[in-house]
Amino acid sequence: MTNEALQKIILDIIHDIAPDEDLSDVEPSIRLRDQLDLDSMDFLDIVMELRKRYKIEVPEEDYMELATLDGCVSYLMPKFEEKGITTASA
Amino acid sequence: MRTTAPLPRVVITGVGLTSPNGNDIHAFRNALLEGHSGVVPFETRHMGTVLAGVCDFDEQRHQSRKARRRGTRAGSIAIYCAHEAFESSGLELEQQDRSRIGVFVGTTEHGNVETENEIASLRGYDDDVRYWSHHHNPRTVANNPAGEVTINMGITGPHYCLGAACAAGNVGLIQGVQLLQLGVVDVALAGGVSESVHTFGIFASFKAEGALAQHDDPSQASRPFDKGRNGIVVSEGGCIYVLERAGDAMARGAPIIAEVVGYAVNSDATDFVLPNAQRQAECMRGALKSAGMSPEDVDIVSTHATSTPLGDVQEAKAVRSVFGASRRTHVNNTKSFIGHTMGAAGALELAGNLPAFLDRKVHPTINIDELDEDCALENLVVDQPKTLPTVDAVLNNSFGMLGINSSVIVKKWDGAS
Repeated sequence: MTNEALQKIILDIIHDIAPDEDLSDVEPSIRLRDQLDLDSMDFLDIVMELRKRYKIEVPEEDYMELATLDGCVSYLMPKFEEKGITTASA
Repeated sequence: MRTTAPLPRVVITGVGLTSPNGNDIHAFRNALLEGHSGVVPFETRHMGTVLAGVCDFDEQRHQSRKARRRGTRAGSIAIYCAHEAFESSGLELEQQDRSRIGVFVGTTEHGNVETENEIASLRGYDDDVRYWSHHHNPRTVANNPAGEVTINMGITGPHYCLGAACAAGNVGLIQGVQLLQLGVVDVALAGGVSESVHTFGIFASFKAEGALAQHDDPSQASRPFDKGRNGIVVSEGGCIYVLERAGDAMARGAPIIAEVVGYAVNSDATDFVLPNAQRQAECMRGALKSAGMSPEDVDIVSTHATSTPLGDVQEAKAVRSVFGASRRTHVNNTKSFIGHTMGAAGALELAGNLPAFLDRKVHPTINIDELDEDCALENLVVDQPKTLPTVDAVLNNSFGMLGINSSVIVKKWDGAS
């Protein structure tokens, strides 16, 4: 899976959680909370959707890895590859 | 109240509502005068098609999609009604001391919808509780609808819900009146809401007790006092009032709609579900006493009757015992149009009658093809609105399970200081 494909998976989840946000120009290296109206409950939603859609677990001690879009990709890519997931799930 | 302690008078200066047949007081009133029902076939989990009153207000008018996703339908209804009420009152939120605004929302029940949804979702994950939502607790706490209003509007005064079964709409209103009179708040957003159509349990339970309405024509399913009535139509809805002390409202030149002049709440202390006509009558008399009024002073009794075989007879008996000798008093019922909006019913049904102070019309009770003689009432207004010489006072009944009764009396504003 490419970084861009995984970015899209993350953004699709964020779109469902925060449908009012404009996600067209999210800067991958800047904290998501500094660009979008997201709080700790929203990050729990992201974790829940990863679990529901891809059976991927993010332990609480790793939540900070999801702070930026770049961080999400680098942290989650091995987990997606380990499960052999190559495409987005509905 | 005026006849007891020297408490401040409290007036209604704004109304926001959503009903199965209208999303503001004008549309609602027109539907009641023109005979439009809001009952439709409705798909619900495990039950298939049932009959229900369903609202179609614009959730996004006052709430972001994200907030709606996180919150509840009851919260969304409350937010819509609170904003609409505030706007109609002429108050500007930005200019208010929001620590002096209170939010008091009556609910019949809360949390069933969210719990049922989570359990249904969990089934898809083999009941693995790691998939249970972290939103469950904030959605299901009993203060949820009122709390969502405060978050949405930045209100920092007190908020809570009043659990009062189907008397809750009146009880929310009463709580607002009391806290204004005590000086705890300067503005009260008070009334009731219901999201109950989204829980299958309420339909299944009414069906199990033989009290769920059925009819080939949904618009005729809710038929209080009719011989052929066979149960309740469950509906959603909401109605929230802006209440202020009369002196404050007059000082700012507010559009005063009515004055809340009396109320009573009491308990049957007899049965979980069966109503008690004697206690209902005592409740109405208590409201009259608190207002310093006699039955002959009341132009309209807005009945609670829900279209159940037993309940309607009891209320008719109670109303006869209090108002049977009052030639002036007319009787109507709003559930015949919209079904039973549960926690919203008391507040919503009162709102349907408020325009009568201006147009002098009593909206009717519809769907009476053959009056049940046990429900016979003097001056029951049937099928068509009736215009009276004057409408000065409305008594609004709202009763609920576990034997809670409430009656609120509002009067046309007389302009006195």
